[in-house]
Amino acid sequence: MALEVAAQAAGPIPLDLQFSAAPGEILALVGPSGAGKSTLLRSIAGLWTPTHARVAVNGDIWLDTDRRINLPPHRRRVGLVVQSYALFPHMTAAGNVAAALPPGHPHPRAEAGHLLALVGLADVADRLPAQLSGGQQQRVALARALARAPSALLLDEPFSAVDLPTRERLYAGIHRLRDHLKMPVVLVTHDLEEARLLADRMVVMEAGRAVGQGTVPEVMADPAALRGMGLRAVAATLHARVVGPDGDGLTQLETAGGPLFLPRLDEPPGRQVRVRIMAHDVILSRHRPEGLSALNILSGTVRSVTAGDGPGAMVRVAIGEDEILARITRRSAEALGLAAGVECFAILKAMSVARGAVSPAGD
Amino acid sequence: MDWTALFLSLRLAGWTVVILLPVAVLAGRFLAWNQFRGKRLVEALVLLPLVLPPTVFGFYLLLAFGAHRPIGAFWRDTFGGQLVFSFQGLVLASVIFNLPFAIQPTQRGFEAIPTDLREAAACCGMSPLRAFWQVELPLAWPGLVTAMVLTFAHTLGEFGIVLMVGGSIPGETRTLAISIYDRVQAFDDRSAAIMSAVLLAITLVTIMATLALAPRMRPRRR
Repeated sequence: MALEVAAQAAGPIPLDLQFSAAPGEILALVGPSGAGKSTLLRSIAGLWTPTHARVAVNGDIWLDTDRRINLPPHRRRVGLVVQSYALFPHMTAAGNVAAALPPGHPHPRAEAGHLLALVGLADVADRLPAQLSGGQQQRVALARALARAPSALLLDEPFSAVDLPTRERLYAGIHRLRDHLKMPVVLVTHDLEEARLLADRMVVMEAGRAVGQGTVPEVMADPAALRGMGLRAVAATLHARVVGPDGDGLTQLETAGGPLFLPRLDEPPGRQVRVRIMAHDVILSRHRPEGLSALNILSGTVRSVTAGDGPGAMVRVAIGEDEILARITRRSAEALGLAAGVECFAILKAMSVARGAVSPAGD
Repeated sequence: MDWTALFLSLRLAGWTVVILLPVAVLAGRFLAWNQFRGKRLVEALVLLPLVLPPTVFGFYLLLAFGAHRPIGAFWRDTFGGQLVFSFQGLVLASVIFNLPFAIQPTQRGFEAIPTDLREAAACCGMSPLRAFWQVELPLAWPGLVTAMVLTFAHTLGEFGIVLMVGGSIPGETRTLAISIYDRVQAFDDRSAAIMSAVLLAITLVTIMATLALAPRMRPRRR
């Protein structure tokens, strides 16, 4: 009961990888542009056929070049959202959604309205795509993709055409929709942060090959997999509760690893927030340091140490239920004797956490 | 005023449009989205009637329609009539010399449909036939309307080919344009002037109607 994909092609975009995605799981295909992510997605949808490939969903074979099976796109139950959204310009939002319902659906209007309500767009059902904002268009495209009750939902850079605030609202929309996504979801993105925020598992692609594959925490802690993506983008989320202003412009928060001081936040006391901690901002110590300018010293336990090809290593540190990442040198990791199970302290400069890195948690 | 000729002209233009519509959709759509060897040649052949002198084109059609030529003979054996100097022959000639006016704008209309929309139609589960009716045709519609108006107006005005293939048989092949010529030959300038004005008016109204429709020609809402 899953989506299974294996593809090989020599050109025009070389491909050689395989992966699978479980029902209800969001799998992110991450990689720089030209890595073959979209090509791979298009071969799942049937818009492109690799030289040698197999695509199966819940045991139904959509493509098997060995057995000469190659269903055309309209006979594969996929939902596809592309970067341009590709909404039909001559149909209203509701018309677009209804167009993807199976022919002979008894109540197309009602069903389209229901799907639009699901993505929070009930009030613009009668507008044409040109009368909708980018974010609204994206949600219509999502509702349309869900209208077929697809066996696999394919999202091809669906957030890259909107500005950052809209993007964050759309991320929240996806989180709210999770309960309705019973099918495997494949998200193509070049944005590591986007993959980290939305996906359960990741496949990191480089030149058509998978250079890393696994759960998001596993892949994020693997320097070798992320080298092509830029290790400076590696981050983790720490949950915290706002305690309140602490004078001199700082706000105190409470985490599972101890108090956290950040530049003034606008969030009210008691509010649960998520704080993005960049791996290269974290310093590790075996003992609680003293006489240090850094304000934030969180206690945790090392979960794993993964060395990269270069001088660096990525350390996963469990802090309560959370896990943060620290990018340190291999030399330091050895000198400190860091290994799974070792108690340690993560040190973080208050000023290194940008205001945009804090967002309200949950809905 | 030769009402028979006017009626004949309108009938000829009407039949030409009706017959060319499906031809233009099939050919224009095919040429828009397919790359094949000899595509340039096909496109050039389609455009040929646009640049060839009508008399030259009419001469070849006259030859081809002859009762002892394959096309003429086939027509005689199948439908029992002759193609030259008949209304049927005129319609066939008209269909052929209007090919560029019908196919070109239709092809542009289909070419203007973005690939991602056609892919979206397929990924929405639409069969090729359903995608054609629900997505392709509404979006290519402006091109199709242009094609049909051009064909209609051009048929009303064609002279050389009609004269070569049809001659000037009243009620059969004498169109308004031919009738005007006949009247001038007979020094009946008054009739020629009236008919010219009528033809001018009809053509102008047709084109103005298209221009007026153009802003509203965006595919209708569903």
